[in-house]
Amino acid sequence: MSLFQADNLSINFGGIKAVDGVTFDVAKGEVFTIIGPNGAGKTTIFNLVSRIYEPSGGRLVFDGNDITQVPPHKIAALGIARTFQNIELFEHATLLQNLLLARHAHKTSGFFSELLFLPSVRRKELEHREAVEKVIEFLDLQQYRDSFIVNLPYGVRKVTELARALCTNPKLLLLDEPSSGLNVEETEDMAFWIQDIKNLLGITVLMVEHDMKLVSAVSDRVLALNYGRPIATGTPSEVQSHPDVVRAYLGG
Amino acid sequence: MRFLFKTSYNQDVGLFRDKVDLFWYSLLGVAALGLPLLMSTYYVTEISLVLIYAICGISLMVLVGYTGLVSLGHAAFLGIGAYAHGYFLKIGIPWIPSVAMAVVITTACGLIVGLPALRMTGIYLTIATLAFALIIQEVFNHWTAVTQGFDGLPVAMPVIFGISVSKANFYYLCLFFLVLSLWLTRNLLRSPTGRAWVAIRDSEIAAQSMGVHLAIYKSIAFAYSAGLMGLAGALYAHKISHLAPDIFNILLSINFLLLVIVGGLGSLHGTIFGAIFVVLLPPIISILRDEIPASLGAAATSTGIAAIGAIGKAIGGFLAKPGVEAGILGLILVLVILLEPLGIYGRWVKIRVFFSTFPMYKRATFKRQKSYMKSERLR
Ligand SMILES: Nc1ncnc2c1ncn2[C@@H]1O[C@H](COP(=O)(O)OP(=O)(O)OP(=O)(O)O)[C@@H](O)[C@H]1O
Ligand SMILES: [Mg+2]
Repeated sequence: MSLFQADNLSINFGGIKAVDGVTFDVAKGEVFTIIGPNGAGKTTIFNLVSRIYEPSGGRLVFDGNDITQVPPHKIAALGIARTFQNIELFEHATLLQNLLLARHAHKTSGFFSELLFLPSVRRKELEHREAVEKVIEFLDLQQYRDSFIVNLPYGVRKVTELARALCTNPKLLLLDEPSSGLNVEETEDMAFWIQDIKNLLGITVLMVEHDMKLVSAVSDRVLALNYGRPIATGTPSEVQSHPDVVRAYLGG
Repeated sequence: MRFLFKTSYNQDVGLFRDKVDLFWYSLLGVAALGLPLLMSTYYVTEISLVLIYAICGISLMVLVGYTGLVSLGHAAFLGIGAYAHGYFLKIGIPWIPSVAMAVVITTACGLIVGLPALRMTGIYLTIATLAFALIIQEVFNHWTAVTQGFDGLPVAMPVIFGISVSKANFYYLCLFFLVLSLWLTRNLLRSPTGRAWVAIRDSEIAAQSMGVHLAIYKSIAFAYSAGLMGLAGALYAHKISHLAPDIFNILLSINFLLLVIVGGLGSLHGTIFGAIFVVLLPPIISILRDEIPASLGAAATSTGIAAIGAIGKAIGGFLAKPGVEAGILGLILVLVILLEPLGIYGRWVKIRVFFSTFPMYKRATFKRQKSYMKSERLR
C-alpha cells in the first residue's frame, strides 16, 4: 500500500524546468531514495512535498489525502518531517530546545494559558520532554542535550537534524543528503540509524543521497533523476547499472 | 565550579534551575525592596527609570532578541501608551482601567504595525517601523484634542484606589510591573510560543516545516512587544510628568536598541544590564564633560605645563558639541557588536565562569565552532 504519491509533479523557475513531470510512489515502511547529479531537482522535490514551493502542475497524495493545497505549517501535523541539505537548525538555542520545537505540531495550549504557565501547560511540557528524551536516547545525543547548536561539531548537527525530524512523530521522513559532510564512520552510523528508523520505528523514509554505498545499503527502491525528469526506477543495483543513469553521471 | 545534577524534567521547566538560583534571586529581590531605604528620593526616582527602561528592554528583546525582527520605532509605542494613559487619567478614568486600556490600545497598534512584518524581512521591516514612528510623532503633534500638542500633557503621580503614590512608592509600583513583565515573558519563553519565536529567528524555513505558522507567531511577537511598551509608557508618563511629542523621537528608539544589544541579545538578564547602562550613560558623559577640563586644568596649574589644560578644554568642548552624544552611542553599539556580541550578559557569564573555575579557566571555553554555510536561496 502506498503512503505517499507524487503524480506528474512539475515546477518551473523562470525558464528552468527544475522538476518536470515526476511520478513516483512510496510504499508504507520502505526506504525510497532519489538520486541524480547536482541540480537534478532533488531538493526541489522535497521543497514541493513540504509545500514550501507551489507546484506548477501535478498532485501530492499523502495517506490517501490530496495535500497539494495544504499550507506548509500544517505538513508536520499530518506526519511528514524533513531534514535540510544545508542544516537548518536553530543555532542559538540548545539541542533540547531544538527538539522541543519539533513538538510544536502537537501543541494544545493557547496564548493566555502559556502567558500564565497554567498547570495544563506544564503537564504538556513534561509530556513533550518525555517524547524528546526517547529520541535523544535512540540517537545517543545525551551528552549534547544542553549544548548550544553553534558549539556543536558538524557531524552532531547532522544527527540533531535527524532527531528533530523524529521528534515530530512522523509517518514519512524526508532526508536530504543525510551523509553529506560526514566521515566514513559517521556515514556508517547514519546507515544503521536509517535502518533502525525503518525497522524499529516503522517510519517510511524518502531520501536524497549521493553516497551510493549508503544508498545500496539502506534503500528498497531508487529513483534516478536528471534535469528534473525521472530516468530510471528499481532496486539500487538495477538503477546503478541502468545505461541512462551511467550516462547522466558521466555527463554524456 | 557548581555542577547541576538534574533529577526531574520539572527542573528544566521551572522558573529557577535549582535552590541555589532561587536563593540568589530572592536575595536580589530583598535588595531591590530595601534599596529605597538606603537612598535619597532623587536616586530612587532615577532607579525607577531603570525599572521602566527594563520593561522597554523586555519588550524589544522579545522582538529583536528572540524573534529576530528589528524595530526602530519602539519609542512610538512608548508614546502611545503614555499619551493614552495620560489622556484617560485626564478625563477621569481610574488608574488601573486606564493602564489596562493603554496596554490594549498599544497592543492593537502593534498588531497593525506587525502586519507588514508578515511580508517584509530584515532592513525593509526596520524601515517600515521607522516610518511608523515618524507618522505617530506627527499624530502626537497635531491631534491636540488628545495630546495637547506642544503645550504638553501634564501627568500627576498615580492615585490608586484613592491612595496617592509618593515618589518613593512609585519605585515599588515600577518594580512590581517589571517583575510581572519578567514573569509573563519568561512563561512565554518556556512554552511553545517562545520556542516558536526563537525558531523563526534562527530559521524560518525549518520553523515552518516543524509546524510554526510564521504569520501568527510574528504577529503575536509584535503585539506582545507593543503591549509591554504600552505598559512601560503608562509608567513613563508619571516618571516624566509632562508629555511632549518630541520626547518620543528616533533617538529614544535607538536608545532602546542600544539597550538590548549592549545588554545581550537573547537574554532577559540582558534587559536589566542594558537598562542600567542606558540610564547611566548620559550622566556619565556629562560628568566627563565637566570633569575632564577641570581635572586636566588643575594638573596644568600644578605641573606648569599649559598644554595639558588646553587638551582638557578641547576634550570638554568636543563632548559639549551637539550630536556627539549620539555619536558615542553609535560607537559603543559598533564596538559591542564587534567585540562582545552577547553584550554585558555574555561578559558577565564569562566572568562568573572565570571565577568558578579559577585557576583552570580556558579561554577556549567560549570559542565558537566555525559556522557552516547556510543556503540563502530559501530566505
Ligand atoms: N528558489 C529557486 N529559484 C530558482 N531556481 C531554483 C530554486 N530552487 C532550485 N532552483 C534550481 O532548480 C534546479 C534544481 O535544484 P535542486 O536544489 O533541486 O538540485 P539538487 O538535485 O538538490 O542538487 P544538489 O545535488 O546540488 O543538492 C537547479 O537548477 C536550481 O538552480
Ligand atoms: Mg539538493
